[in-house]
Amino acid sequence: MVTIRKKEPAEGCTPGVPCACNQAKVEPRTLGQISAPWSDGVLSTAVGDVPRARTELRCSDRLGTLKARSAIGRMHYSILPGLYAVGNPTAESPVVVTANYKLSFDHLRKALTGRNAWVLVLDTKGINVWCAAGKGTFGTEELVRRVQVAGLDRIVSHRKLILPQLGAPGVAAHTVRHQCGFRVVYGPVRAKDLPAFLDAGLKAEPAMRAVRFALKDRAVLIPVEVVMGAKYVLLTAAALLLFSGLNAHGYALERVRTTGIQSAALVLSAFLGGAILGPLLLPLLPGRAFSLKGAILGLLLFAVLMLSGMATTLTAHPLLHTACWALVMPTISSFTVMNFTGTSTFTSLSGVLREMRFALPLQIGAAALGLGLWVTGLFLSGGPVL
Amino acid sequence: MRYLEDVITLEFDAAKCNGCGLCVLVCPHAVFAMAEKRAALVDRGACMECGACSKNCEPGAIQVRSGVGCAAGVLVGWLTGSEPTCDCAGNSSSCC
Ligand code: SF4
Ligand code: SF4
Repeated sequence: MVTIRKKEPAEGCTPGVPCACNQAKVEPRTLGQISAPWSDGVLSTAVGDVPRARTELRCSDRLGTLKARSAIGRMHYSILPGLYAVGNPTAESPVVVTANYKLSFDHLRKALTGRNAWVLVLDTKGINVWCAAGKGTFGTEELVRRVQVAGLDRIVSHRKLILPQLGAPGVAAHTVRHQCGFRVVYGPVRAKDLPAFLDAGLKAEPAMRAVRFALKDRAVLIPVEVVMGAKYVLLTAAALLLFSGLNAHGYALERVRTTGIQSAALVLSAFLGGAILGPLLLPLLPGRAFSLKGAILGLLLFAVLMLSGMATTLTAHPLLHTACWALVMPTISSFTVMNFTGTSTFTSLSGVLREMRFALPLQIGAAALGLGLWVTGLFLSGGPVL
Repeated sequence: MRYLEDVITLEFDAAKCNGCGLCVLVCPHAVFAMAEKRAALVDRGACMECGACSKNCEPGAIQVRSGVGCAAGVLVGWLTGSEPTCDCAGNSSSCC
């Protein structure tokens, strides 16, 4: 077990006299950080002990990653903000800044394998760098405060902070320099390019500065898309199951088994089609608006299911129910794929606003019309009744 | 892949530019490039309105209405009468 030494009084700072970087008190480190699973002891510095992070990822780390990816308790995977060491950093070692989101921290320490560096973790409430920068939590104010709280000016001799490029929407480099004397250097977009960036004397190739949205990048987002939308879709499917028994003569359980199950399955397939095939096929689907891409995908799904006989209705009114699913399936896929704008790396707010102004009324109209046809179909249908 | 282009709010005033080059460095979509010691808008349509360039432009040569291009966030904004916000439920894999 590690014992934490009492903090020495700050050097180079006259008590009572404010100086730019020493206004904030240096926080003592807690044992909790040091007993974390990725911990590798502590490093003594001029302002106290700094927890050291291991660079290789273990099974427990990977399990946490899996859980965070599928949105299971993802908020529990945050790292306590503050300064950490990787390897045996000295006063000359680089300072790399990141968010207290588990995946960001893991990517970073892995990328720093075999190197000596300081890692400054900002409090972004467990949110990744890019999203947090957009919200402003990965921002100028928090960065300046963390630099001060860590007593960084007494730990390193240089005055440079390496930030992930995607932190730039939240950080004004010139303001950071004015407020605490540290110069912000924007590093590459991806942590894995950090070694090359460091070796090139803090220069990034243009390719390291571009965000990508390749098949692999899109594929890893699918579990979250599915989990996030699932509860609404399951509720809708359950409601259709329940109401499918209604007809002109009362309630028929037989209908729940036929029309009900079929309706629930069509809703689920339209959703899963949008949430899984949407991201995968994104560049291949025609149009630029995500809602249009989704609608086309839903229409294709409907056509495939129709041709294979799975969308031809069993007992309820065939024509009305076919018309219903021709409207509702594209609507569900359209809405699901439109939601993917939130995780894509190239959609703009203005574009999404424009797209939603025309798509949303159409989606609501089509869904309402489809639902109307579905209910009418139940009541106009022939077939077995009680 | 490109998104809707004719709605982008990005504005650039070359007269204010001091040529620091930060906008070129921070933009993830290569919207700016350096040309004769000044920044130049080379691909306005690729802008995703992240705001990184304007935030880091000390002389204030760049204006953009920044925000997240996120349908769920816009919807929540409309329903609650607030600015579009994103709960970042889906964390982008490209973040480090
Ligand atoms: S950040 Fe501003 S001042 Fe610097 S190059 Fe770009 S436009 Fe010019
Ligand atoms: S707002 Fe973002 S995407 Fe648009 S030009 Fe500026 S940095 Fe590039």
